[in-house]
Amino acid sequence: MERKLMKGNEAVGEAAIAAGCRYFFGYPITPQNELPEYMARRLPEVGGTYLQAESEVSAINMVYGAAGAGARVMTSSSSPGISLKQEGLSYLAGAELPCVVVNMMRGGPGLGGIQPAQSDYFQATKGGGHGDYHLLVLAPAYVQELVDLVQEAFDLADKYRNPVMILGDGVLGQMMEPVAITKYIDPRDLPKKEWATTGASGRRPNLINSLYIDPVELAAHNRKLAAKYQRMCREEQRFQEYCLEDAETILVAYGVMARICRSVVDMARHSGLKWGLFRPISLYPFPGDALYDRAKEAGVRRVVTAELSCGQLIEDVRLALDGLVPTELLAYPGGLVPSPAEVFRQAKSERGALNGCSA
Amino acid sequence: MLHQIVCAGFGGQGVMLLGQVLAYAGMLEGKEVSWYPSYGPEMRGGTANCTTVISDSVIGSPVVSNPTALIVMNQPSLEKFKDRVEPGGLLLYNSSLVSEYEPKSGIRAYPIDAGRVAAELGNPKVANIVVLGALLALAKPVTVSSAKKALEMVLPARRHHLLSLNYAALEKGVELVD
Repeated sequence: MERKLMKGNEAVGEAAIAAGCRYFFGYPITPQNELPEYMARRLPEVGGTYLQAESEVSAINMVYGAAGAGARVMTSSSSPGISLKQEGLSYLAGAELPCVVVNMMRGGPGLGGIQPAQSDYFQATKGGGHGDYHLLVLAPAYVQELVDLVQEAFDLADKYRNPVMILGDGVLGQMMEPVAITKYIDPRDLPKKEWATTGASGRRPNLINSLYIDPVELAAHNRKLAAKYQRMCREEQRFQEYCLEDAETILVAYGVMARICRSVVDMARHSGLKWGLFRPISLYPFPGDALYDRAKEAGVRRVVTAELSCGQLIEDVRLALDGLVPTELLAYPGGLVPSPAEVFRQAKSERGALNGCSA
Repeated sequence: MLHQIVCAGFGGQGVMLLGQVLAYAGMLEGKEVSWYPSYGPEMRGGTANCTTVISDSVIGSPVVSNPTALIVMNQPSLEKFKDRVEPGGLLLYNSSLVSEYEPKSGIRAYPIDAGRVAAELGNPKVANIVVLGALLALAKPVTVSSAKKALEMVLPARRHHLLSLNYAALEKGVELVD
């Protein structure tokens, strides 16, 4: 299999095209600019359309239009730009439109900084916009995994008729790793979307809408959406384990922080400490069932959550564990990506909780 | 086998390309590789840098605080990174632009007069490749022939008339420390 060295941001673009995406609407922001740049060059080559909108708000509503017409469509941004897209995401979820949204996170709040962060966890997993809804959120840690999950994200978006978010960070977007893209889908071979607004000749018109003025109808719609999210929770929990068999300390981390923690586990094992790593790959749904099962093992003494934010991931960890074992937080906000040695030292001190902002 | 190599210098000295050549060469040899660049304000003030990891097994952190080898092409980069090299590690510096310096014990430091050598080859821009040659000879993260193949992949086609010059620079770098 031929491997090519690609930047994470560019790999997202090629993976989307391989998945049959032919429409991309975006607006520039660091650290994800290579993605729209790549799409601007590449989409016209495959008969697609790239459009730089006048703002993020405009771009996400273009996504709404293309998704409503049944196309595979993507937009991307980084934290402040993703905030601007929240209204559109709420409407997309309300109208049950499939699309893929990429957030290569940088530090916040406000304009924050441009270095890698994970501080949009709450926004991504808990709603972000108004109303009772969830995105399906996937958090790759490797560029190959990013490619695989972007391709799968389009399938999941169609399966659930729901926006799917790829939640990466500045490191994943900027770094290069070898990737192989083996499967290319021709969008013409994709199953037809019977609900899409594709011209109503010979059939009853379809309606794409999120307005339910009658509360009885809205309540029914909300329950239908809730049932969909419950199905996601049953069928889409994803995670990866590393050295958990006999672990006494379980580290929990996602994305680039999980890679750092993998190195931390190696250091710990090297010095005779029984540590392991639980890496959530789906953040919504959070793989809480599996985490609970692992933490229930007799030898587990504590669960340490490490994140590039001030205590967001740890809330889902604590909900999943429900007081089963003590939890600690290692928080690295602001774009200061820690070294494995630093994390190892702090996790070893068993004073991780003191490092956090919301211990 | 784990090589964690940081390359640092002014923008335009080709430090990003240097790291990419290492990563490509490692990939061609079937190893796990990652390349991570500095971006944003970190690059203002004279130290563009990138980190290349080459490993026999899955790469954990692509972010490295204590490199096994450090290449510095300018003075600000030396000041920024010199104390971070792992004990037993290697420090190669472009002595055409970086003043002579005494490394802390346990670090092997090599001044490489890369600017002069590159000028003698007819193009001062290949100073980075001269230092790469020296690194390949000393740390052996990848073979010289893999690095040559990688150069062909990293340099765009319109620059391929410069390949022979780059190969010469690479070999010169190897000779300097042999």
